[in-house]
Amino acid sequence: MNFGVMTAAYIGASALFIMALGGLSHQESARRGNIYGILGMGLAMAVTIIGAVTDNYSLLLLGLVPGGVIGYILAKRVEMTSMPELVAILHSLVGLAAVFVGFANALGHGVYESVVAQRIHDVETSLGIFIGAVTFTGSLVAYLKLSGKVSGNPLQLPGRHLINLAIVLVSLYLIVEFAAVGASEGMFYLTIITVLALLFGAHLVVAIGGADMPVVVSMLNSYSGWAAAAMGFMLGNDLLIVVGALVGSSGAILSYIMCRAMNRKFLNVILGGIGTKKKSAPKAGAVAEVQGEIVEVQSEEAAHMLESAKEVMIIPGYGMAVAQAQHTVFEITKKLREKGVNVRFGIHPVAGRMPGHMNVLLAEAKVPYDIVYEMDEINDDFPKIDVSVVIGANDIVNPAANEVEDSPIAGMPVLEPWKGKHTIVLKRGMSRGYAGVENPLFFKDNTRMLFGDAKQTVDALLKHLAA
Amino acid sequence: MKIGIPKEIEDGELRVAMTPAVAERVKQLGFDLVIESGAGEAASYSDDAYIAAGVEVTSDTKALWHDSDILIKVRPPVEHPELGFYGIELLGKDQTLISTLYPAQNSAKLSELAARGTNAVALDAVPRISRAQKMDVLSSMANIAGYRAVVEAAQHFGHFFTGQITAAGKVPPAKVLVIGAGVAGLAAIGAAKSMGAIVRAFDTRPEVKEQVESMDAEFLVLNFKDEDGSGEGGYAKTMSPEFIAAEMALFAEQAKDVDIIITTALIPGKPAPELITEQMVRSMKPGSVIVDLAAETGGNCKLTQANEIVRKHGVTMIGYTNLPSRMAAQSSQLFATNIYHLLTELCPNKDGQIDLNMEDEVIRGATVVKQGNITWPPPAPRLSAAPKSDVSEPLSEAKTAKKEEKKPSAFGFLIPVLIIGALLMGIGSVAPAEFMGHLTVFVLSCFVGYMVVWGVSHSLHTPLMSVTNAISSIIVVGALTQISNDSSVVAILAALAIFITSINIVGGFAVTHRMLKMFRK
Repeated sequence: MNFGVMTAAYIGASALFIMALGGLSHQESARRGNIYGILGMGLAMAVTIIGAVTDNYSLLLLGLVPGGVIGYILAKRVEMTSMPELVAILHSLVGLAAVFVGFANALGHGVYESVVAQRIHDVETSLGIFIGAVTFTGSLVAYLKLSGKVSGNPLQLPGRHLINLAIVLVSLYLIVEFAAVGASEGMFYLTIITVLALLFGAHLVVAIGGADMPVVVSMLNSYSGWAAAAMGFMLGNDLLIVVGALVGSSGAILSYIMCRAMNRKFLNVILGGIGTKKKSAPKAGAVAEVQGEIVEVQSEEAAHMLESAKEVMIIPGYGMAVAQAQHTVFEITKKLREKGVNVRFGIHPVAGRMPGHMNVLLAEAKVPYDIVYEMDEINDDFPKIDVSVVIGANDIVNPAANEVEDSPIAGMPVLEPWKGKHTIVLKRGMSRGYAGVENPLFFKDNTRMLFGDAKQTVDALLKHLAA
Repeated sequence: MKIGIPKEIEDGELRVAMTPAVAERVKQLGFDLVIESGAGEAASYSDDAYIAAGVEVTSDTKALWHDSDILIKVRPPVEHPELGFYGIELLGKDQTLISTLYPAQNSAKLSELAARGTNAVALDAVPRISRAQKMDVLSSMANIAGYRAVVEAAQHFGHFFTGQITAAGKVPPAKVLVIGAGVAGLAAIGAAKSMGAIVRAFDTRPEVKEQVESMDAEFLVLNFKDEDGSGEGGYAKTMSPEFIAAEMALFAEQAKDVDIIITTALIPGKPAPELITEQMVRSMKPGSVIVDLAAETGGNCKLTQANEIVRKHGVTMIGYTNLPSRMAAQSSQLFATNIYHLLTELCPNKDGQIDLNMEDEVIRGATVVKQGNITWPPPAPRLSAAPKSDVSEPLSEAKTAKKEEKKPSAFGFLIPVLIIGALLMGIGSVAPAEFMGHLTVFVLSCFVGYMVVWGVSHSLHTPLMSVTNAISSIIVVGALTQISNDSSVVAILAALAIFITSINIVGGFAVTHRMLKMFRK
């Protein structure tokens, strides 16, 4: 197959990938988008195998088939609540693959046209490996944190900013050295760069706490794209560059959306957990500000409140995912809708542990997507809501974000259930949310607290509704 | 510290500043309480109930005034009809009087309190900010007044409120017009609505429209160019003559139609505006009722008389000035709860000691005399908010603040553009043409990605991540081009990369497919 035909096929694949992302703009077209993606990938792989592979077919099959089978099994078995973990581990694979491809290229490259071309190529190679390695260990740590295999709390070494800075500077120096001596002499440099990058990725993510994970996961998503783009430069392959840039900017936009939803700066999230240096000062202010009493309610009365309401808003948070309560929540929704109650869902962009996490869980529980609304769509409706039900969420419904100027979450857009008539908060205990801020919502006159494990509580609610 | 509760001695005042139930909670703050015998009788709280709550009961009024550290009253002190004193002269240094005081009208009393070196907290001067709402006796009393106004109207109205279809025929619902949708007006709307009447409301402040409509009442609008009647602190202000003319025309038209008019229009420190003329009264249907909550300051209706029920032109006009006192048990309970919240602010350590912390905006506003110095009026409040719309206002302020912040960035964004531009030029001057070609593709793809991804629905962010994850495994193409390399190390590395990316490709697409299948209508 000649070069022109391959390029034409790659153009087709690029277009299919762009259409895949475009398809995701609506639920109706989303599945078709995914099929475009599969077609694009199939086309690119087929053309490459036919056009570029001339030998080692057994090795090719040995990689391709078991990998595909494992991937398929993973995708079938994963629980929807553990989607963030799956996505994180898959990101790490992209990073690792980039490292392998980078090394293979460095080892197996032929002769260059000029010194400049060689240097540019070597910079691309080392940069690609660096990003790939950071993605690999960063995602691995994110995976370990998300799956609870290591503690989700931020682990912050003393002088960690200095460590990060030192790693980056040393790596930059080594990249320059590597490019100067060339791949054949510089494998030593390349190995050191890789080790440093591996450390850097792990260190970066270890310092970030649980609820900032949406930002971390989307950031790593972005990195995996940049790694692919760097590989594209290295190999002189425009398809990789296009796809890498698409994925890279997609992840960057997601990170930006998540940061905006928490009213925080990206660097601030990446370089320091929210609950660290800021905590001490505003804590006193936040505590002094909260007055009033907690009013507890039992599930029977709560069920009654729901039944007698006309408009109900359910606000799910990470607690619902942890308790696997989404199915019962939908049963409750069905019961209420049968009784003529208009039940809707309000989703905060950072609810859960990755962008769109809640939507996936609700979809899994068969909640129709046209009653699931985004924060911006629904916030103005709260004055008309009779009962809001907050399930396992805290910071995303904290009025302190609007009312307390020096609160650590000040300015973060939040859902505003307190503007409605009543709010029922399902919660395990009076612990604070991730940001470590007291939540004045719990103390409002029209808020009722329903304590207990989210799953058991919603089960009890359902029982009383059915009775 | 000891809190003394004297009996209210003004004519027709049935309330008491503390109830037994609230007294128990006040005791938990570390205070001792003493109450004048019979103080709660008129509000159905007996001396025995107070004793049971751990409150001391005394009949020695003078000693009560003289010995208590804190005196709490509903009404400003007045001359005692029998004992011949009115309290203030018995107060001394270190004593604190907490009461409604109306400092604007009672400057003589303030001077007297100051001369005696006491502290005085005026309950009616509590700033109208959201944090202070729980201590705002004016709001809680206005709420009761609004409710009671409807009850009084029902008492004198000869028909049902609710419409009915009976065997004997159809009964139309009563039509109620509420003028002024403050706390009292909204309470009246709620009460009348729950009794089944058709309720209309008017207010000069357009922002209350939403509140009125949230209670299912109709908000009347004038045929008039916009004029906002919102004054400082959530109160209304005086309007222009043209506005008033339009307003009067509206009332004249409504008077012919409605059965009951409840007026609550007050402008602080001024006589009540006259809204219902004699002509309008005459045009009302016989048997109609007007309840004038502004009767104390002259009345919104020309014909009402304070504390009287007047019948003229077939219309009953109720001018009771102290409606909360007509529901003394309820009013006392809310009043006492407001007091409790105030005490928790004054005594943050719950040690029975009060501290008039002038740094605190609420306490600063309410304290009118401190250690013999008149501290009224307080500096202007930091932000004014209507009592009900407290949440939205700070929000809108935050929004404007944000807009202001954005302005300087118009120049700021040029700098990175220039830097990037210079950098590209630098690279372009040395790099081979092939590299620049790739760079072009890269930059354009970033823009395409940017445009496309912004269009992705928020609810599909998780599928977006898993699909981008799958397609970023396009790295497999790189591995495929290398697997046929002669070097076995390279080939094995490539095979490993192929293995890993295949997991990713199949896993990513399959899980995306699985998720998208679940999204349904």
